[in-house]
Amino acid sequence: MRSRVTAGLIAILLAACAGQRAPAAPTASTLTVFAASSLTDAFTRIGADFQTAHPGTTVHLTFAGSSTLAAQIQQGATGDVFASADQATMQRLADAGLVSGSPSIFARNRLQIVVAPGNPRHIGGLADLSRAGLIVLLCAPSVPCGRYASQALHAAGVTVTPASQEPDVKAVVSKVALGEADAGIVYVTDVKAAGAGVQGVDIPARFNVTADYPMAVLQDSRQAALARAFINYVLAGGQQILARDGFAAA
Amino acid sequence: MALPQPDGRRPAPAPVPFVILAGAGATFFVLPLLGLLVGAPWRSAWVLLTSSEALTALRLSLIASLSATAIALLLGVPLAWVYARVSFPGRAILRALTVLPMVLPPVVGGVALLLAFGRRGLLGGWLADVFGIHLPFTTAGAILAETFVAMPFLVITVEAGLRSMDTRFEDAARTLGARRWTVLWRVTLPLVRPSLVAGTVLCWARALGEFGATITFAGNFPGRTQTMPLAVYLALESNPQSAILLSLVLLLVSLAVLVGLRDRWLGTS
Repeated sequence: MRSRVTAGLIAILLAACAGQRAPAAPTASTLTVFAASSLTDAFTRIGADFQTAHPGTTVHLTFAGSSTLAAQIQQGATGDVFASADQATMQRLADAGLVSGSPSIFARNRLQIVVAPGNPRHIGGLADLSRAGLIVLLCAPSVPCGRYASQALHAAGVTVTPASQEPDVKAVVSKVALGEADAGIVYVTDVKAAGAGVQGVDIPARFNVTADYPMAVLQDSRQAALARAFINYVLAGGQQILARDGFAAA
Repeated sequence: MALPQPDGRRPAPAPVPFVILAGAGATFFVLPLLGLLVGAPWRSAWVLLTSSEALTALRLSLIASLSATAIALLLGVPLAWVYARVSFPGRAILRALTVLPMVLPPVVGGVALLLAFGRRGLLGGWLADVFGIHLPFTTAGAILAETFVAMPFLVITVEAGLRSMDTRFEDAARTLGARRWTVLWRVTLPLVRPSLVAGTVLCWARALGEFGATITFAGNFPGRTQTMPLAVYLALESNPQSAILLSLVLLLVSLAVLVGLRDRWLGTS
């Protein structure tokens, strides 16, 4: 009995060693991409297309606020590509020596005011957001969308007291969609992604902020060539998908 | 080394692999705390801790968690008593619903609270229309969220205490002519004091650490709804050093209370 167990263990160990020594098929690889949450829909589709174009490659996507992802990468999360919703966050990683090569701008986004369908509170522009009795949500100042919103409000000379500084842009949209808040400042793409649940009110170009989305290969990437190929794919074939979600071409 | 048993005998020594596993288990809990201690920016600790943002968040956290605990005591003790002593149809289901927030992802709890107490919620719509009361994005909302998540800890602890106590003392008091309130105050509650204290402390500690339901239901605004865990979460992205320090404060406060109360009231040392 005992010898049989031992034999079994040895067999398992041998199998494990063999598995380790066997060379992996040249194309079988997993590409880990960290992307800002505003890219969720577009990158999910781009990732699927990339997998089709590169058989044997699995694209593993992680979505979160850009600064959350940057913090994770700084704390040692390993991956191949980082796509940020703002330049400052990318710069922080570059300064820390965590990015290889110079980042490429692959998309641009603009801000919009998100309101309930039909705009029941008749919000026509940024100035209306300072009206008393209105529940307005902004992103927290540490998050790119919060920084951009305060730039736009500053440009328009409007002071807004938000009911809350939400941790990410999706939280602002979902609370407006739930009817808990009257308005918020978010990206054009988030309004589009939310569909019929909300409506967007345009911010004039002279107040609006253009958010440049940079992406780069991470220093720790073990497959820099494949990571570079993914970035090129986003810059080429991915543009159409990004445009469909409301992003402006880079 | 071995702790003496109640009858004074030493217990049989445990098998060595068992002790090694226990050591691994303990390390698992000690290591993250050690990581925070090592990673904390001790040089700038005082400046960061006495910054107005940190103090505002700490003050709000104490107010909200203590208020949540008070509400939990007011509603939770009677509820625990009913669960322990009264048999009624649907008790099992109601009891399961009461402990649900313990396993529900807190963010989902926050959404559920919005659907109940939000502007468009089942009760919230009525509260807003009739009384003009808005709970989301207010300190009251943060307290509500903390109560929702923390109260189950109090209820199940007190209920367990009530179930295991000797009810003959209550019977004796009643035969001696004590009224219901007197029995409750002078006999029942003093007898379950250890569970009452343990439940209160657990409830408070859970309320102090509450994050998901609070940020979902009450949002995040400094001085109004930004409690310590929310401040930590947001600082983690912009100022990780400050986040580590705030977490340590939160940990040490909870640890001090848990250790202190264990010795003082739970009869173990």
